[in-house]
Amino acid sequence: MKSGDAGFITTTVEKALTWARSNSIWPLTFGLACCAIEMMSVQASRLDVSRFGSEVFRNSPRQSDLMIVAGTVTKKMAPRLKRLYDEMPYPKYVIAMGVCVIQGGPYVKGYSVVLGVDKVVPVDVYVPGCPPTPEALTYGIVTLQEKIRGETDR
Amino acid sequence: MNNFVELNFGPQHPSTHGVLRLRAKLDGEIVRELEPIIGYLHRNAEKLCELTFYADNLIFFDRMDYVASMLMESGYLEAAEKILNIPPPERVLWIRVIMNELSRIASHLVWAGAFGLDLGMLTPFFYCFAQRDYILDVFTEVCGSRQETNYMSVGGVYQDLTPEMIEHIDAFLQSFPKKLEEIYRLFVKNDIFISRNKGIGVLSKETAIDYGVTGPMLRASGVNYDVRKANPYLVYDKVDFDVPISQKGDNLARFLVRFEEMRQSVRIIKQAITKIPDGPFFNPKAKKSMMIRLRGDGEYYARTESPKGEFGVYIVGDGGVKPYRVRVRSPSFKNLSVLPVLAKDQMISDLISISGTIDLVFGEVDR
Repeated sequence: MKSGDAGFITTTVEKALTWARSNSIWPLTFGLACCAIEMMSVQASRLDVSRFGSEVFRNSPRQSDLMIVAGTVTKKMAPRLKRLYDEMPYPKYVIAMGVCVIQGGPYVKGYSVVLGVDKVVPVDVYVPGCPPTPEALTYGIVTLQEKIRGETDR
Repeated sequence: MNNFVELNFGPQHPSTHGVLRLRAKLDGEIVRELEPIIGYLHRNAEKLCELTFYADNLIFFDRMDYVASMLMESGYLEAAEKILNIPPPERVLWIRVIMNELSRIASHLVWAGAFGLDLGMLTPFFYCFAQRDYILDVFTEVCGSRQETNYMSVGGVYQDLTPEMIEHIDAFLQSFPKKLEEIYRLFVKNDIFISRNKGIGVLSKETAIDYGVTGPMLRASGVNYDVRKANPYLVYDKVDFDVPISQKGDNLARFLVRFEEMRQSVRIIKQAITKIPDGPFFNPKAKKSMMIRLRGDGEYYARTESPKGEFGVYIVGDGGVKPYRVRVRSPSFKNLSVLPVLAKDQMISDLISISGTIDLVFGEVDR
């Protein structure tokens, strides 16, 4: 964006749209396991995620933009997860939170765990950790905002 | 007369505390039949324990009841240390009591916050999580991790409690009781909260015993049973505390029992930080480099009191470096089995508050 001396701003429609979109990412309430508690901590008093416009956790996938997959995805859960993802309106984003979601984590040798949620839905940002600290998830959300604005190739 | 509406509830729902799925048969707004469907978080922790060394199995226990991981660790070590024949020194027992009770407070705070959210109260959630973060600061200081602590190890703990750490725990204990009363008043001074919980979901003493319900749910139904008193482990027989009991058995009684437990936990930690003796913080038999060579033989069942109830661990060792079989008796699973009885012939809105007071954690139900 460029601000002129005459007191107005010129920009493109696309830039204005992505700027607005990136600052109001409403996540889906979708806690699966341990990481869900840290996802709740992000929402709570210490790390108030509303500073980044993501405090409105929607209970319906139809109203949400972002799915934070927080916790181990099992083979029984994976079809439900895919269905929830399909129900979300475009544009939609996915954050894979925790190593269980990224590649299986401590349960990598198990028989019932999906080894990476990216086998089920496309993932935009990976947040490693077991569980990631709330600060890490906040950084993940900020990274997603940068990605939506087209500032990084991540 | 077979015109019931069948309603699916979950696994993605804000009030399921994870991934519970319920299939309800409704007659108007009355629940006539209820069937919990579980297994959406089955991570085969018991099977994986058979593939992992004794000392490393702790990570699976951390992630069972993930809001009270210290208690899960000490529950596993109660059994594992007997199998491996490595008793921890006296100081470690006291450190474990302090950490267990801090973890119990953290677990009950998460429950209280989530229960408030179930009933549409947003404010207590922020208050509860603010206090919980102070406990997690202590955990971060002692082991570097907030939630999945992995602090305890076979025959000891990861690092000693320094005087500064004890000072920080003490500072938390000075401020916490006042804040706890504040949170308590947020709930009980709210008329809607009282009317949605008083006399709802009454669990009788006999039903509770029949279904194997333990923990605060059982004590709210008037049974005086706490593993810390009935079968003292660690040093719970050397500290002074009361077991809160209520005769009512309804939602409100379970709420009050949990809040009284937090006050008693504060009492226990206060005694423990004054009584803690000096000494080593690990058994020299269990050196870090020797951990993978530990061999266990025999079988042992240990029971401990987790925030949800009686947590039992049964280990069979065949003389190898890995256990032959690990079996977990998870309290949340047993407590969930009583939900169809409690919710029968209740309003569907009461179903939410009843399942909220059970305190379900799905890492432990499905394991």
